[in-house]
Amino acid sequence: MDLTLIKTSVLLSGPEIIIILGACVALMLSLVPRPGQGGLIAGLSLLMIALAAGMSATLGHMPQSAYQGMFVIDGIATYFKLLMYLGTALTVLISGGYLATENTDKGEYYVLLLFALSGAMIMVSGTDLLIIYIGIELQALSIYVLVGFLTRNRRSNEAALKYVILGAFSSGLLLFGLSLFYGLTGTTQLDAMAIALGNAETGDPLLVLATLLLLVGLLFKVGAVPFHMWLPDIYEGAPSPVTGFMSTVGKVAAFAVILRLLMHDLTSLAPIWRGAVVAVAVLTMAVGSLAALVQTNIKRMLAYSSIAHGGFLLLGLLAGGDDGMASVMFYLLVFTLMNLGLFAVIVLLNQGAAWGEPIWDFSGLAKSHPGLALITLVLLLSLAGIPPTGGFFAKFYVLVALVESGQVTLAVIAVLFSAVSAWFYLRIIMLMYMEETDHPAQVSMTPALRLALAVTLIGTVLTGLFPAMFLDAAQTAAQAATQAATQAVAQAGLG
Amino acid sequence: MTGLPVLSLLILLPAVGAVLLPFLRAAQTARWCAFVFLFADFLLAVWALVAFDASSAAMQFGEHYSWVPSLGISYRLGVDGISVWFVLLTTLLGWICVLASWTSITTRVQEFMTCLLAMQSLMVGVFCALDMILFYILWEAMLVPMYLIIGIWGGDNRVYAAFKFFLYTLAGSLLFLIGILLLYFNAGQSFDMLALMDADYPLQLQIWVFLAFLVAFAVKVPMVPLHTWLPDAHVQAPTAGSIILAGVLLKMGAYGFLRFSLPMLPDASHYFAPMMIALSSVAIVYGGLLALVQSDIKKLIAYSSVSHMGFITLGLFTFDAMGLSGAVIQMFNHGITTGALFLCVGLIYQRSHSREITAYGGLIKMVPLFGILFAAFLLASMALPGLNGFIGELLVLAGAFGVSGWAGAAGVLGALIGAAYLLGVYRQMLLGPATVPGGAVLGDLNPRELACALPLLLFVIWFGLYPKPFLTILQPSLDQLMIQLTPSAVSP
Repeated sequence: MDLTLIKTSVLLSGPEIIIILGACVALMLSLVPRPGQGGLIAGLSLLMIALAAGMSATLGHMPQSAYQGMFVIDGIATYFKLLMYLGTALTVLISGGYLATENTDKGEYYVLLLFALSGAMIMVSGTDLLIIYIGIELQALSIYVLVGFLTRNRRSNEAALKYVILGAFSSGLLLFGLSLFYGLTGTTQLDAMAIALGNAETGDPLLVLATLLLLVGLLFKVGAVPFHMWLPDIYEGAPSPVTGFMSTVGKVAAFAVILRLLMHDLTSLAPIWRGAVVAVAVLTMAVGSLAALVQTNIKRMLAYSSIAHGGFLLLGLLAGGDDGMASVMFYLLVFTLMNLGLFAVIVLLNQGAAWGEPIWDFSGLAKSHPGLALITLVLLLSLAGIPPTGGFFAKFYVLVALVESGQVTLAVIAVLFSAVSAWFYLRIIMLMYMEETDHPAQVSMTPALRLALAVTLIGTVLTGLFPAMFLDAAQTAAQAATQAATQAVAQAGLG
Repeated sequence: MTGLPVLSLLILLPAVGAVLLPFLRAAQTARWCAFVFLFADFLLAVWALVAFDASSAAMQFGEHYSWVPSLGISYRLGVDGISVWFVLLTTLLGWICVLASWTSITTRVQEFMTCLLAMQSLMVGVFCALDMILFYILWEAMLVPMYLIIGIWGGDNRVYAAFKFFLYTLAGSLLFLIGILLLYFNAGQSFDMLALMDADYPLQLQIWVFLAFLVAFAVKVPMVPLHTWLPDAHVQAPTAGSIILAGVLLKMGAYGFLRFSLPMLPDASHYFAPMMIALSSVAIVYGGLLALVQSDIKKLIAYSSVSHMGFITLGLFTFDAMGLSGAVIQMFNHGITTGALFLCVGLIYQRSHSREITAYGGLIKMVPLFGILFAAFLLASMALPGLNGFIGELLVLAGAFGVSGWAGAAGVLGALIGAAYLLGVYRQMLLGPATVPGGAVLGDLNPRELACALPLLLFVIWFGLYPKPFLTILQPSLDQLMIQLTPSAVSP
């Protein structure tokens, strides 16, 4: 590898390097505990994220490969990275107040967040199964620790332990699948593998097994039914901002890998996973929507709601094509905004102990804090997919892609569960606007939380009123990536 | 015609009000502010009606901006001879709602008025939209303020009613969305309503889409057996909510049939016409019978709406020039009369806090102004000749007899039952010895209350005696609809 290649590689992985450097500096700073240090490190994290975002934006959409084809900057990678910067920055903003209330304002928290972000970034840029796996593990390990960050809280500890065990189990399955792929094709690089699999027999039992293991591993990460059992417990036990982070950035990264593997590179496997994913998607929407109906803890409810949204996202995968891919990308943007917005509200309502988690704590919010209630209303309506919010267009675009590909039955099932899921979002609205309470919520607004709420609210409304620019971004990214893939295959065919 | 974007202004004016209102401190200012915005909107609608070219069936005051180009969604507005009347009806009821809630809504006034303004903006938008997705978005977004109006300011069982209203309508609308998408991909990826009307679809597709649309519209109308949300919502809603529900929201279901099902899916409409006529006949009789046994006046009017809306769907699916125009006239008139009836019920409920029909008696002696107005609206609802309800019902019946003797008979029976329960209310509440629940002495209507009831009375009498201007504007659009309704030459 000559020097220019190394230079290009370093340049292209610049955003990752910035984030990891930032994490290291933050780690050094946090070694010397000082009062008010949390704020400093949070600021540093935001700065690093902004720098990385700037660099990612400059590197752009043009497919450029680095580290000898193990790493790529393309439309998908850049789009998802920008989305993850947004999600992480919002998480940092909502974390400050929460950590202060819980008396754990330690710098390590942000260090772990940055490491998790860098892992997620490597996941979306990796074009080699090993690199992707390293990204997954880097992200997962950081999140394991974050989940158990409230060291004196039993629920938090329990959640962390559960997550470690189940996460390791799923990683094992994933790794097994990856090793079978290596055995079948003799490579771990996706483009070479795509060519090797191009004329493979899809009935080969080993290939079926490998695909299913890969699928199970990935579906576990996104919490699709029947691999969802861990999700509610861990969402409930983890510190609220971490739950927000997992449910958005974690999900975005996992879906990015799914998109890259199943829709972009290894498309020839589609006949193997198609039927299974149809079943999983329908089950996921069903279980997510129905189980959320009976939850009385807002975080558990959001866990099931996030499962249901995952089912909807899988439909985008089934729709296929550029539109299907773009619909998933757009959906994840909207989901990140509205879900983190709602977690900001949960953090605001959190007053130590368990305040802010039973859904009854939302009672009478419209009377005591009309502005906050209005923001929550918009976010909840968006989650329910009611226009004119972003949530509507997110679902709409998936439906467009589905109907376009002729899968009308799936679309009908999807909208029916969507109507079911409206019920539990409405229940919160009902509590806020129609219930009286003797103990109105105590809210201590900080500038950071205010900013987070403003960004998520404006984002949710903008994606609803002017979806064109966001949709176009997703479509351009998806198309650019597909074109690059077809060109690569064509070139390989010529060569 | 000027280049003024009249329809956008009609939509935006209340929206601007809705944004400003939450910042007002005093409740009284909020009331006045809402009133001014909505009244200005009404004047604008009147102006649009005057400027409307009655000789043309084309969409007028058109506006078109691209919105989501990659999916072919645009912001496209326009009104024809049918929708221009519903815009007028919506804006008329809008400011009447504000006046009707002036003293009856005392908690969270700013929020209530904001909901009313938002409702109005969305409702006017629904009648003006010429892009399917724009229509759908406005149609769906309407659920939210209505849900809040019922849920926050409603009666004792308001939360249940609000939930039921929301979920029924939402489930229906979502299937409607799938139907829209099916049409979209079959008509060359366009959401433009006029283009969708011009396209031809295979019968099989039409049937599926018709069914999807049917669920959405039948819930809204509501048609039996999807009507059960209506009595709950009506009884629990505050007066203004009932007026909007009965006056405008129910019309939207019928408007959906008129605007989408009939012109876009003519073959399926013919295919399903017997079923629709049967369902409508059942609704007319069944709704009437249910109304007959109610002791709660609001419930009675709610069930009478089911019956009257049955006339409308019956008229629509006769595919007969008389039946169709009767249905549209009935839509408008039902909005006026039922809105007025709910207004009267609200006025009396506010004085005596009872909705029991039998608790009242001799109101015409005790509160003559109220009594006369109430009597007029009851008689109009009964379709007394000379008042507005008559012509629509007559035309629908004429159309129905042309198609099926049974449907016509059901219509006549429904009209008779209607006379029975409405006259029952009339006799019990207005005549006889004066009794009032609790023995309170009621005050007659004050000028504000008269100001909301008299314009409605004006329409009742005007359309009863001289409906010609209404029909003149309506006719070209109806003729156009009749052409679109011709089955596409029995294409295989």
